[in-house]
Amino acid sequence: MEKTILEIKDLSIEYRTDEGRAKAANRVSLSINENETLGLVGETGAGKTTTALGIMCLLPDPPGKVTGGEIIFQGEDLLKKSDEQMRKIRGKQISMIFQDPMTSLNPVLTVGEQIAEVLYLHSEMSRDKVEEEAKKILELVGISRDRFHEFPHQFSGGMKQRVVIAIALVCNPALLIADEPTTALDVTIQFQVLQLINDLKQRLRTSMLLITHDLGVVAEVCDRVAIIYAGEIVEIGSIQEIFENTKHPYTVGLFNSIPDLDEERDRLEGIDGLMPDPTELPEGCKFAPRCKHCKPECETAQSIEPVDIAGDHKVRCLLYRASGEVTQ
Amino acid sequence: MSKRNGKAKPSGLLAETWHRLKRNNLAIISLVILAVIIILAVFAPVFTRYEYAKQDLTVLLQSPNSEHWFGTDNFGRDIYTRILYGARISLMIALVVVIMSSGLGCIFGALAGYFKKLDLVIMRIVDVLAGIPSLLLAIVLAASFGAGTRNMIIALGISYAPACIRIVRSSVLGIREQEFIEAAVSIGADNSRIILRHILPNALSPIIVQSTLNIARALISSSTLSFLGLGVQPPSPEWGAMLATGRNYIQQYPYMVIVPGLAIFVTTYALNLFGDGLRDALDPRLKS
Repeated sequence: MEKTILEIKDLSIEYRTDEGRAKAANRVSLSINENETLGLVGETGAGKTTTALGIMCLLPDPPGKVTGGEIIFQGEDLLKKSDEQMRKIRGKQISMIFQDPMTSLNPVLTVGEQIAEVLYLHSEMSRDKVEEEAKKILELVGISRDRFHEFPHQFSGGMKQRVVIAIALVCNPALLIADEPTTALDVTIQFQVLQLINDLKQRLRTSMLLITHDLGVVAEVCDRVAIIYAGEIVEIGSIQEIFENTKHPYTVGLFNSIPDLDEERDRLEGIDGLMPDPTELPEGCKFAPRCKHCKPECETAQSIEPVDIAGDHKVRCLLYRASGEVTQ
Repeated sequence: MSKRNGKAKPSGLLAETWHRLKRNNLAIISLVILAVIIILAVFAPVFTRYEYAKQDLTVLLQSPNSEHWFGTDNFGRDIYTRILYGARISLMIALVVVIMSSGLGCIFGALAGYFKKLDLVIMRIVDVLAGIPSLLLAIVLAASFGAGTRNMIIALGISYAPACIRIVRSSVLGIREQEFIEAAVSIGADNSRIILRHILPNALSPIIVQSTLNIARALISSSTLSFLGLGVQPPSPEWGAMLATGRNYIQQYPYMVIVPGLAIFVTTYALNLFGDGLRDALDPRLKS
């Protein structure tokens, strides 16, 4: 029986700006089990990074604010923790990898110093032991230990990202949040880095929340995937279910916009329209304005609860009733 | 990456800056000049057998000769000796002023740049201080607490502080938004660690340049104040004070003014040239 290490219940996050309140996350619910990778897929502005920052309690406040929900990590609600308690958790039990490796590393410190810093912050190890641990993890990510004393600008983009991964994993956290870790890298390096992440994940038994907008990456690395749209999780399930038994019109649209190896087509099918402005979210289903199957009740429904399809595959759409039955 | 013999050469900010500085001829020349001045100042007793305060009324107002290379002043004191010991005083004052103002700059600039609430308070105080001319501040301090080196240093340190605070604050504001700071927070670093270990080391370049240039300014300022009688008191051989004394003898004994004047000029010029060179050497680093 898999143990749940992270459970987010009805998390809502707002950004309060002069132009109004942007509802970045609306009652987001998801869970991650031990040794499992959950992909969080969505367009730019859907609320992926906001959710990730929310978990780490790193939201810029002002203007961001958590307006509701719970984040239960290893049995405790992170939102109720003090700053000091969160600092102890960050880097040790939950780590984060950011998108752009070029700017994630401090240019005036050596990579060894930056890896060592995490160890100094969260353990009582002696200087020599720290250096040894740091060199070990450098080798684990595929960088020669001789490069311990080198500076970030002496590494290429892919290697920098490996260093970032080393920093995140050196204290063996239970949960790793990777915010589009390969978006800034070219395709060949992307592949290498994903393989590295996969490999380390299995060796260290780390759970991972992988944020991406690339379904191909999801297929490579994830066990389950959640699709987020306008701050709401519209579909969630195992990758077999989501890839082969796609239900939500938005998810279907996403898959249709990717070129197919088997089919020959002149044009890719896009999804008309744009994601709604988070300061002016429409009533009812947020995807309704762009949905081909939109019905009158879609635009007026107060809240659309997720419906179970099969196993843990859930969909938030009025088209479906429990067990995949289509309502029409 | 720089590789020699298959092993990568470590290159940090210091090494790279020095490398770039070496290629700038003017900067190296000025550095050599400054080195010479510093050596002369520190080892003054080695380079002269006279004492700077000893009066010898038998050799008053002598032109430069083999016994007294820069001549003697109205009390018979060897001017060459006074220049050497004066270097100690002038440089020491300038250094203390700069250390004080840059130190205040780093402390309050970092606090103002990092904590928004402190920013309001600190910058308003800085605005007030910035409005007080340094000369006026020195006069007020001298009038209230007595003239002298210590008060002059305090006055100058305080008047240079606002600019330093603003420079550091501006750097900190920019660096604070960078992703590696967010990354540092994400590994659990607390505020003091972030400021001291991550932000300040990245913010140093502009303040280093400003400090070098401030040494030159402080030199001139202290000379001016001593010239006016507000700073160093006789018989201290501070260069500005020597200028003041020499003022009365310009017509017949011009060397009494020319020599200290040249000393101030050469030192300040070398400092400014070096500061320029340093700024150029640090600049590409700033941009990257």
